[in-house]
Amino acid sequence: MGQAAIELIGINKSFGAVHANRDINLEIPRGTIHGIVGENGAGKSTLMSILYGFYQADSGEIRVNGQPTTIRTSNDAIAAGIGMVHQHFMLVENFSVLENIILGAEGEALLKKSIAKARSELDRLEREYGLEVDPDAIIEELPVGIQQRVEILKALYRGAEILILDEPTGVLTPAEADHLFRILKQLKEQGKTIVLITHKLREIMAITDNVSVMRQGTMVATRQTKQTTVEELAELMVGRRVLLRVEKGAANPGGVKLAVNNLVVRDQRGVTMVDDVSFEVRAGEIVGIAGVAGNGQSELIEAISGIRRAVSGTVLLDGKPIDVTGTADPGELRDRGLAHVPEDRHHVGLVLAFEENENSILGYHDDVRYLKGFLLDVDAIRNDAKSKIDGYDIRPPDCRLRTANFSGGNQQKIVLAREMEQDPGVLIVGQPTRGVDVGAIEFIHKRLIAMRDQGKAVLLISVELDEIRSLSDRIVVMFAGRIVGERGPEASEGELGLLMAGVEQLEAAE
Amino acid sequence: MSTPYAKLPAWADYGLIPLINLLVAFLVAGFVVLLVGENPLRAAAILVEGAFGRGQGIAFTLYYATTFIFTGLSVAVAVHCGLFNIGTEGQAYIAGLGVALVCLTFDATLPWWLTFPLAILAAAAFGAFWALIPAYLQAKRGSHIVITTIMFNFIAASIMVYLLVGVLKPAGSMAPQTRIFLEGAQLPKLNWIIELFGARVRSAPLNISFLLALVMAFLTWVLIWRTRLGYEIRTYGFSPKAARYAGISETRIIVITMMISGALGGMMALNPTMGDQHNVAIDFVAGAGFVGIAVALMGRSHPLGVVLAAILFGMLYQGGAELAFEMPAISRDMIVIIQGLVILFAGALEHMFRPSIQALFASFSPRSVGMAPAKGKGA
Repeated sequence: MGQAAIELIGINKSFGAVHANRDINLEIPRGTIHGIVGENGAGKSTLMSILYGFYQADSGEIRVNGQPTTIRTSNDAIAAGIGMVHQHFMLVENFSVLENIILGAEGEALLKKSIAKARSELDRLEREYGLEVDPDAIIEELPVGIQQRVEILKALYRGAEILILDEPTGVLTPAEADHLFRILKQLKEQGKTIVLITHKLREIMAITDNVSVMRQGTMVATRQTKQTTVEELAELMVGRRVLLRVEKGAANPGGVKLAVNNLVVRDQRGVTMVDDVSFEVRAGEIVGIAGVAGNGQSELIEAISGIRRAVSGTVLLDGKPIDVTGTADPGELRDRGLAHVPEDRHHVGLVLAFEENENSILGYHDDVRYLKGFLLDVDAIRNDAKSKIDGYDIRPPDCRLRTANFSGGNQQKIVLAREMEQDPGVLIVGQPTRGVDVGAIEFIHKRLIAMRDQGKAVLLISVELDEIRSLSDRIVVMFAGRIVGERGPEASEGELGLLMAGVEQLEAAE
Repeated sequence: MSTPYAKLPAWADYGLIPLINLLVAFLVAGFVVLLVGENPLRAAAILVEGAFGRGQGIAFTLYYATTFIFTGLSVAVAVHCGLFNIGTEGQAYIAGLGVALVCLTFDATLPWWLTFPLAILAAAAFGAFWALIPAYLQAKRGSHIVITTIMFNFIAASIMVYLLVGVLKPAGSMAPQTRIFLEGAQLPKLNWIIELFGARVRSAPLNISFLLALVMAFLTWVLIWRTRLGYEIRTYGFSPKAARYAGISETRIIVITMMISGALGGMMALNPTMGDQHNVAIDFVAGAGFVGIAVALMGRSHPLGVVLAAILFGMLYQGGAELAFEMPAISRDMIVIIQGLVILFAGALEHMFRPSIQALFASFSPRSVGMAPAKGKGA
């Protein structure tokens, strides 16, 4: 394996009371793909931010290629040959690929020279690593997978020998992810070192040589990937045995609770995002909508839940129409028994600046239970919040704490508790486990199954194909705003992946 | 990875940080005083002495504070809804018309304690109406409220000038103002309260609308934190998307909040007219609406903070006037500079010292920054 590309020795970092990194030792051999896994808040991102110069370690040493190195800024990191591909791309949307690549490395006042240099260099990189990108394309017009390639090219252009990728597959289709992995393997063969941060254990098993597990700020284990299993890694991450498979009995579907017919929804720019979509959800079943992010799922559930106006089409709730093209109002739909766990809990499902108890009534704040005349019944609200905290094991159990101070998993539980405890007939759930740690995922999945078993209709939207497959009784696949297929839960990942990528559509067109 | 800096304890957030900002503002102001060749320590002493040294000064300070409490609350309520109401100035000005109409109509027939509630209603209604139009344009047409309220300040000023030099001016008078209100529209003074503490007040305009301002501060607190409407206002203010999700109507919440804001701003008109000059004169608002922005910023939009910040600005006004009188080198404009510095540090640069203070707190007592101790424990 040769010399270590990166050695971290005794890294410590605290933010106030939170010891985000505790005596971290890590050795990443050169020319390998090294996975780092851990739950949210385990300290992965902090560790990589230290390596990339966003944070300074309180103590400890970083060695790059055996040399002790001080990394104070990302420029130091780049100088040391470390490049980073962030989870959220750091690209200027309305710049071309080329302009983005030279951004920060422009060289001199006039761009002509550096652009010419970048163009030839880009050419070489593309040939060497199979990273084909049109250098003159505008970023916002490129698919996400290609945008990510630009990020990688950006790092390579700056001479990165060590590439850190933070949750790189979160936004990719299975096919795009496969392509990414091929690129990463090629980079490895060329002698680059790759650090892959992810929470998807399957990816770790598929591509890495070694894997390190973090838990609560410490590095609990490093394993050779060949010699470990998904089960072992999950247990190391959580600190106890985890049920990775969702256990559920057969569904027992009843009458139609939610029927969507020929729904058309456009976004702010007037682009048709949902195109003539029809499906129904029955009592006692979970219908999953699979699809790569941005294929209309978000607009679909926003329209059904009354947040966004639809252009045409009808939606029936319990056989009675919802005025989705006109006056549908989320408050009115709540009264009619339609609860909604939105995809974006930070901006939509919760007000992060609120105390926990204030969020536990969001959307139900005009319920007489929480009111005393025109005043809020603060005691009733807090008691209600406390009982939900108990029932959903929300931690820390403090209903006066600001919501922003809860972890992602606990924030999600606050939303779920609020929506589920209203005993709705129909529950729409968007990305129920995005940014949620493994332990909480198990809990949330069990609750959703329990809802189904109580005879509720559940509509599930998720970009995690695994989640869709393990929870749903029926899977509807969306691509480019249309429903391109319906499958049972036994459908293979490959089959769904092809549908999600719109392959059948393309074939039909040809 | 979440934010490394969490919330400060309330006393640091509302007390310590404003205090530090204020001290820095005075420090810089001290240099300015030094620059014009005066002794900054003596200047500070005159300023504080002028504002709080004698009963007379205290009464004037509280009189100015009354005005700033109303305008500060006005801005603060809108801030909770995520709206920047720059139009308090115009809302207060136009409310003066409401006050004038009530006073001129009833001052001969009703006692002050009947005229006052009518005038309160009129001031609130006129102020609310003046905020309604920009609010509606914002909610329905997306016209930015900052722009429209600024424009409405000019419209208000033009209307009032037109009315005060024409319609409302008594015949034969050369001053652009209404006639003097009779006793039925003159508010009782509160100077006797200060005299209860043994200080003497020769004559000062502190009047009963100071109590009204305190009541409004309390009601504003109830509104924002204890009513359903306040909950909706805050939800919309923090996250319009969450408000939409919760079924809160954007139009309704913007219009109602702005009308409350305008009503509070409008009540400011009572203090200088019925309380002091006993007429409605041209430019009686005199920039108090804009000071309200600074007051709200400094008071962190909390009613108690607004009251304290208003008293501070009252002190700057009153003490500043004394200072300009005592130190010839320090002109009226210098006072404006000092006030500007306070606004700069307490308002615009409000977050300058925050990160370091938060880091300091975090290193002292991690518990006090309100961080979840269970972070990383799994959920």
